[in-house]
Amino acid sequence: MSYMKEFTKGLIKENPSMVMLLGMCPTLAITTMASNGVGMGLSTTFVLVCSNIVISLLKKIIPDTVRLPAYIVIVAGFVTFVSLMLQAFLPDIYSSLGMYLSLITVNCIILGRAEMFASKNKVIPSILDGLGMGLGFTLTLVLVGSLREIFGSGQWFGITIMPEFLEPMTLFILPAGGFFVLGVVIAAVNRIMKKKPREIGCHNCPNKDGCPGACEKAENNGGEQ
Amino acid sequence: MEIARNLMIILLTGILTENFVLSKFLGICPFLGVSKKLDSSIGMGAAVTFVMVCASLVTYPIYYGILVPLHIEYMNTIAFILVIAVFVQLVEMVLKKYMPPLYKSLGVYLPLITTNCAVLGVTLLNLTKEYDLLESVINSFGAGLGFMIAMVIFAGVRSRLERCDIPKALRGAPITLMAASIVSLAFIGFGGVVDGIFGG
Repeated sequence: MSYMKEFTKGLIKENPSMVMLLGMCPTLAITTMASNGVGMGLSTTFVLVCSNIVISLLKKIIPDTVRLPAYIVIVAGFVTFVSLMLQAFLPDIYSSLGMYLSLITVNCIILGRAEMFASKNKVIPSILDGLGMGLGFTLTLVLVGSLREIFGSGQWFGITIMPEFLEPMTLFILPAGGFFVLGVVIAAVNRIMKKKPREIGCHNCPNKDGCPGACEKAENNGGEQ
Repeated sequence: MEIARNLMIILLTGILTENFVLSKFLGICPFLGVSKKLDSSIGMGAAVTFVMVCASLVTYPIYYGILVPLHIEYMNTIAFILVIAVFVQLVEMVLKKYMPPLYKSLGVYLPLITTNCAVLGVTLLNLTKEYDLLESVINSFGAGLGFMIAMVIFAGVRSRLERCDIPKALRGAPITLMAASIVSLAFIGFGGVVDGIFGG
């Protein structure tokens, strides 16, 4: 039963990008089309599950002081593997994701789960946690991607669904539309789940133990001077 | 003359039309997280610019001097992120030891930069655009400057937001994202400016 909970918490309750507000860069950047969201989401899920397995197996071997560089190298290895695979078998997705595929390496969801979960738990819960978080992330990407694609180009997964006489609002597939749609989605989630308003920032970032005190110092620094 | 013109185009493109934060969505976390106060956004912007320029200086010889001759170009992500992580640590130590005043104003932001996707992003972008060393440095400088300008503008917008009465559901992250959307909309206006100046 508790295994089930590890899996489902990532889908809605602790959804990495809608509730925890992590991994904003890919959520905004590649969601101009729903199909990109699926590609990016599943690639991230794969990397997340693999890195969770390896980190949870190596948690006693990796020295505490160099754990972040070690995690980053493990993640970068899997990212390289995924991008080579996509390049070989799904070249369309590879070219539409472009640079953002390599940037999965520095996605804070993956480092966050490594730091918060995989380094403290056994292998099987870590796999389920990675799978749940990854699918939750995919869900958000597809949701934001669908909204932007439908309003911005009148299509969904490349199939025209809006009637001819409705002119698509190109604004939605421009960067400004990305910020706007994600803002609306997070507001809707806050409203439905009756969450307390959260600010994007370091005070609720799960990685804040990873960069010791740097965030708070950076946020408060302006006030002290 | 032709070279100088080319470099100016790269610089202005990085700052205005292809702004890293507002059109490429790189470095969103620090953009939204550290832009509450004007001072800290300037500090963060300067630190990011510095690390970006140095990272492109360091990664260029590594890619063309080591990875290409050995035919392991696909290792670029791993190599670059390691180099950036090590380099940031090094800069932090050097600043702490030899330049304490500078460390006090920039040093606090350095650990945040290792996992900042903008830094890795700019080094990868230099590769995909096949820039030479000078062009890479100029491109990184422009990207960093663009990042700083976006952060400073956004810090100003946010200081206004704090005094507004915002509907309950929109408080926190949603209204921040919507404000970012409007700032990004303003940057769309720069489209074509670079071509206009240089008659491209």
